[in-house]
Amino acid sequence: MVASVTSFGRSGVYDWLIQRVSAVIVGLYVLILLGYLLGHPDLGYEEWRDFITSGSMRIASTLALLATLAHAWIGLWVITTDYLSNSFVRFSCQSACGVAAAIYLVWGAQILWGL
Amino acid sequence: MKAVNKNRPVNLDFKTIKLPLPALVSIMHRASGVVVFFSIPILLGILSCSLESESSFNELKDTLDGFFVTMVVWGAVGALLYHIAAGVKHLFMDFGIGETLEGGLKGAKITVVVSAVLIIFMGVWLW
Repeated sequence: MVASVTSFGRSGVYDWLIQRVSAVIVGLYVLILLGYLLGHPDLGYEEWRDFITSGSMRIASTLALLATLAHAWIGLWVITTDYLSNSFVRFSCQSACGVAAAIYLVWGAQILWGL
Repeated sequence: MKAVNKNRPVNLDFKTIKLPLPALVSIMHRASGVVVFFSIPILLGILSCSLESESSFNELKDTLDGFFVTMVVWGAVGALLYHIAAGVKHLFMDFGIGETLEGGLKGAKITVVVSAVLIIFMGVWLW
């Protein structure tokens, strides 16, 4: 079996499954977040901060962030391998996306856990 | 017998390519995914400002009232909503629902209608 070194799960079957599990996690998270915002039209600072920094929301947000980045990596990998046939260009783009994802991860963790 | 006929006609002229609706929904799913990935800094920035302090929270509220900022946020969240709608269609198809030619077309139509309703609703809510 030939495994691609740049794919997220090292195999298409893993990537396929991770893509779907992460999609459901992010989908549910977006539903929770939009539902909360719709239910609180005149949201104040304290109420909002207490909601986001509550234990369950911190875990949910962290999970959603990790799922988003795994999902994005698999999606961007598929797109770059489909459209960029030049190895150097493709690897450069994938590297840039990887660096961006790492920055998002650190920044997101700082926001969620730095309070 | 050759597996692939190398003499088949090839057309890569984007101006003359006409995509059927399911193909359009599919390529838009990819494009919206890329847009969402590059919108993440905007969303993280908003989250950061909303939590930093009471004054930055109020500042953010004023900033989000601006026309240009509202358009950018609407674009980012709209791309996300479309991506989710098209993604849900994918999950249905994983269960074998809507895999036929007619089913695929119907699923694509439902995706367009559902995401359009969500995006318009989002726009109304933001304003």
